[in-house]
Amino acid sequence: MTLCPENLKYMRSHEWVRIESNGEAVVGISDHAQASLGDIVFVELPEVGAIVHLKNEIAVVESVKAASDVYSPVSGEITAINEELLESPEMVNKVPYDEGWFFKIKLSDEAELDDLMDAESYSEFCNDS
Amino acid sequence: MPMHYGSQIEEHNCVRTTAGVFDVSHMTVIDVDGEDATAYLQTLLANDVAKLKIVGSALYSAMLDENGGVLDDLIVYKTTAGYRLVVNCATRVKDLKWMAKYAEGFSVAIQERPGLSILAVHGPSAISIVCKILENKRFLGDYSGDKVRALKNFQGIELKDWFVARTGYTGEKGLEIILPSEQAPSFWDALLDKKVRPVGLGARDTLRLEAGMNLYGNDMDENTSPLSANMDRTIAWEPDDREFIGRRALKDHQLEQKAGNLHILVGLVLEARGVLRNGQKIICTQRSGKIAEGTVTSGSFSPTLKHSIALARIPANTESCQVLIRDNITPVRIVEPGFVRFGKRIFT
Repeated sequence: MTLCPENLKYMRSHEWVRIESNGEAVVGISDHAQASLGDIVFVELPEVGAIVHLKNEIAVVESVKAASDVYSPVSGEITAINEELLESPEMVNKVPYDEGWFFKIKLSDEAELDDLMDAESYSEFCNDS
Repeated sequence: MPMHYGSQIEEHNCVRTTAGVFDVSHMTVIDVDGEDATAYLQTLLANDVAKLKIVGSALYSAMLDENGGVLDDLIVYKTTAGYRLVVNCATRVKDLKWMAKYAEGFSVAIQERPGLSILAVHGPSAISIVCKILENKRFLGDYSGDKVRALKNFQGIELKDWFVARTGYTGEKGLEIILPSEQAPSFWDALLDKKVRPVGLGARDTLRLEAGMNLYGNDMDENTSPLSANMDRTIAWEPDDREFIGRRALKDHQLEQKAGNLHILVGLVLEARGVLRNGQKIICTQRSGKIAEGTVTSGSFSPTLKHSIALARIPANTESCQVLIRDNITPVRIVEPGFVRFGKRIFT
């Protein structure tokens, strides 16, 4: 049984987005994604200040099994990255929705959020796939 | 056998630091008995079973086809009745057919033993834990532990209808225990009670890769010469007149090898970030300056070393290697194929 917190939005490629009080989006990969990948051993992150577009490949996770791209669920500017993951990539396995976050984005188009799935739809999507 | 029981890396580390148990009952156990058993296996196998002087001793060998391709790799134990072979699972049908075909003219009985299970227990504390459990009356009783403790590496012992041997696939000390399947669950439970951790196929692969051991189907198959798979030392050329299957073809492979035309299996080390994966192409710069291609045959992240390692097949006379990882050309170091033994890094 994988976890999909209610307050998040999800992408079909298994990224999650949480909107902070300052309007910025925090992005990570879902519990379902980390479980399918297995133990994560390296994470590559984008650069702060980078301008990204919806569905750009902007990060990489390498697990013992495979390498996998992480896509940006929204467009905007990267305002922060979770450098702790460079040293402790296993955080993505252990706490994918908390300390395992990847990067933060200042949104350029809030309307893009409407195209993401809520927890219920994402959970169904994972069960069907 | 599942890929993991929770975390592949934790299972891996457990075998390097304490003890883990692998349920490898999927592997095929075949007993070969009869008055011609020795002569038959001397024809069938590239290594020579005549090296097995005492009951219980073990030998690693390739089984070759007439072209000198590797049909399978296996362990053969000398038993009171004859020999016991443990072969791979995916090759089971092919192996049994092959063995039956070449048994013609020999007085041998070849019997698969599907009623047996195999549990491998490995790690620094594995032997002492197993021995204590064996001494329990539910299993083999008094003195069985002492007998197992006295075993040397690559030696085994028959104890009632169990066979316990100091062999394995991890680069750690440990035992492979072949036992009647009906007793396997209670023995498994007894191991888990003593905090031996179940280990899945994922960690089995990273452990054997760190140990520099080949995996059939990845690092060699019918299209590979054993001389191209770091198995030279498992070919018994002496005595000269032992006509094992594939010997004639191997003579040609040897000539190719001397001429520098045969690829070799080497270890690769990537100390930077990134993971070497099976099938990745390697750009090999030859001593002559020419560029040739090689391939990663087994690549992974090494949990013990915390960077990536691989086995790779590259042209002989290669001076340096680069690997194309996700569109980046990354230099990798060539080392002897063997990375970790008894928990420690062994390459330089």
